[in-house]
Amino acid sequence: MNLPVIIKFVIDLLAVLLLALGIKGLSKVKSARDANRLAAFAMSLSVVGLLSYYLGTSGIAIQSWIWIIIGSIIGSLFGAILAKKVPMTSMPETVALFNGCGGMSSLLVALGVAIFPISNSVENLDFFKSLINEVSISVSIFVGAITFTGSIVAMAKLQGWLSTPGWTQSKVRHFVNIVFAVASLIAFFDLINGNTSSIWLLVIVSSLLGIGVTLPIGGADMPVVISLLNSYSGIAAAAAGFVVDSQLLIVAGAMVGAAGLILTQVMCKGMNRSLVSVLFGGSLSAQSTASSGSGEYTNITSCSVEECALTLEAANKVIIVPGYGLAVAQAQHTLREVTKKLEQNGIEVVYAIHPVAGRMPGHMNVLLAEADVPYEQLKEMDVVNPDFPATDVVLVLGANDVVNPQAKNDSSSPLYGMPVLDVQEARTVFVIKRGMSAGYSGIKNDLFDLPNTSMVFGDAKKVLNDLIGELKDLGVGEK
Amino acid sequence: MSFISLLWVLLLGSLLGLELIGKVPPTLHTPLMSGANAISGITMLAALTLIVKAEGNVPLLIIGSVSLGFALFNVVGGFFVTDRMLAMFSRKPSNKK
Repeated sequence: MNLPVIIKFVIDLLAVLLLALGIKGLSKVKSARDANRLAAFAMSLSVVGLLSYYLGTSGIAIQSWIWIIIGSIIGSLFGAILAKKVPMTSMPETVALFNGCGGMSSLLVALGVAIFPISNSVENLDFFKSLINEVSISVSIFVGAITFTGSIVAMAKLQGWLSTPGWTQSKVRHFVNIVFAVASLIAFFDLINGNTSSIWLLVIVSSLLGIGVTLPIGGADMPVVISLLNSYSGIAAAAAGFVVDSQLLIVAGAMVGAAGLILTQVMCKGMNRSLVSVLFGGSLSAQSTASSGSGEYTNITSCSVEECALTLEAANKVIIVPGYGLAVAQAQHTLREVTKKLEQNGIEVVYAIHPVAGRMPGHMNVLLAEADVPYEQLKEMDVVNPDFPATDVVLVLGANDVVNPQAKNDSSSPLYGMPVLDVQEARTVFVIKRGMSAGYSGIKNDLFDLPNTSMVFGDAKKVLNDLIGELKDLGVGEK
Repeated sequence: MSFISLLWVLLLGSLLGLELIGKVPPTLHTPLMSGANAISGITMLAALTLIVKAEGNVPLLIIGSVSLGFALFNVVGGFFVTDRMLAMFSRKPSNKK
């Protein structure tokens, strides 16, 4: 072994170690931020390792440098700008977009190697002829394409650019996807047989497969899909590692792939959905329209902000249930002002965080942290559920399915079995909501019909602002 | 590296990934996903390899460069956005009175 090889070996080893430590650290609140930086450092280290290896062996042509610099600057610039500008509420779609681009990168690498075999390098000659190489190219293209189109569709659906087309909820979609899958398989074997032109067929059908699989999935299940696609992009990276013969790529890709799978599993548990039903079950709303005709509300109590303020003032213990609607209205800061007033009046305020509040597990925690809500006030579902009977007022802000008692009481409900917050146990429940529309699942919420539930209609931010005004008038929080 | 040893690398890497994410508080799911996502942009190394080995093949250089751009978009954006999220958690102790 000569020096450049040894140096690269040591750097790669170090990078893998740091990446592993980084992922490990990301799973603890205290160390998370440093761990993220550590992982970023490891990634830059790996680039230095690779470039110094080539500088020490074959050298890097000026032309290559130019293209490296162009690609790096454009990619990093756009990435940095998007990361700085994007609002915290759009986090799921942002992760989806980044993820899709990672998949695209693996796809392009494999495509490049497949179309332009690098012939003038001796070590590559038999390597490129080998079956293994064809297989890894195919896998990289297949997984990379699915990751890319799937992530883009997921992003578009979360952004509201794409709705769920009707045909995707019928059985037809399974047939269509099976056709795509079989076509991918045919292209795969054709490619291995040495027919290079079928690579384009593989690119096209696997892209279509990514679209076909993601399109029927409803908004509520999207985080699970993004997490799964995140895992795929790791697998695509590992496959690209086989293509260019890089252990570092394989280790890092495999780590991300495996970690992504675990995270997906955790999310599924939180929503009481199996991965199979997420992927092949279609969106929940499609099932519920078929299930029962109990879509009408019979006993809605509507109330004014003033009444809500009066009840809050008289309370001893208040639990806030924030949901995605709160985030959409960007009302987390206004909410914080309301709770500050209540706290100044000696009222105990706690936030009940459902595992899938917001759009992704942990998303709501991020949003509330942004509004400076103390960490100790955020209670997880299992901790807070026994507290509801002793609670005077529950404020439900833009949450819907996660407070639906149907999940406990109605075994025919598609939500049945999903863990929910038992808000109906509290003395009074105020639901702040724009209108009577259903949640992501598209299912009627029995909570709204209960006698101890009052609806306060309006945009979350506006209602909270009004609430601040009313509380002021009542002298709450004034010294 | 022989294919077999690369397979070992794949296997051990996967096991490591499974082991690393044992217990994660729900708070950290989103940042963790975002951070892991940034790491999956490690394909930038493959893109770099492609560019270096292209040796004057312009279409290949372009493909490599675009691929590098996509990967770095993922890496840089991913780490920055994760840092932004985590900054919100670490800010709290200083605000506590």
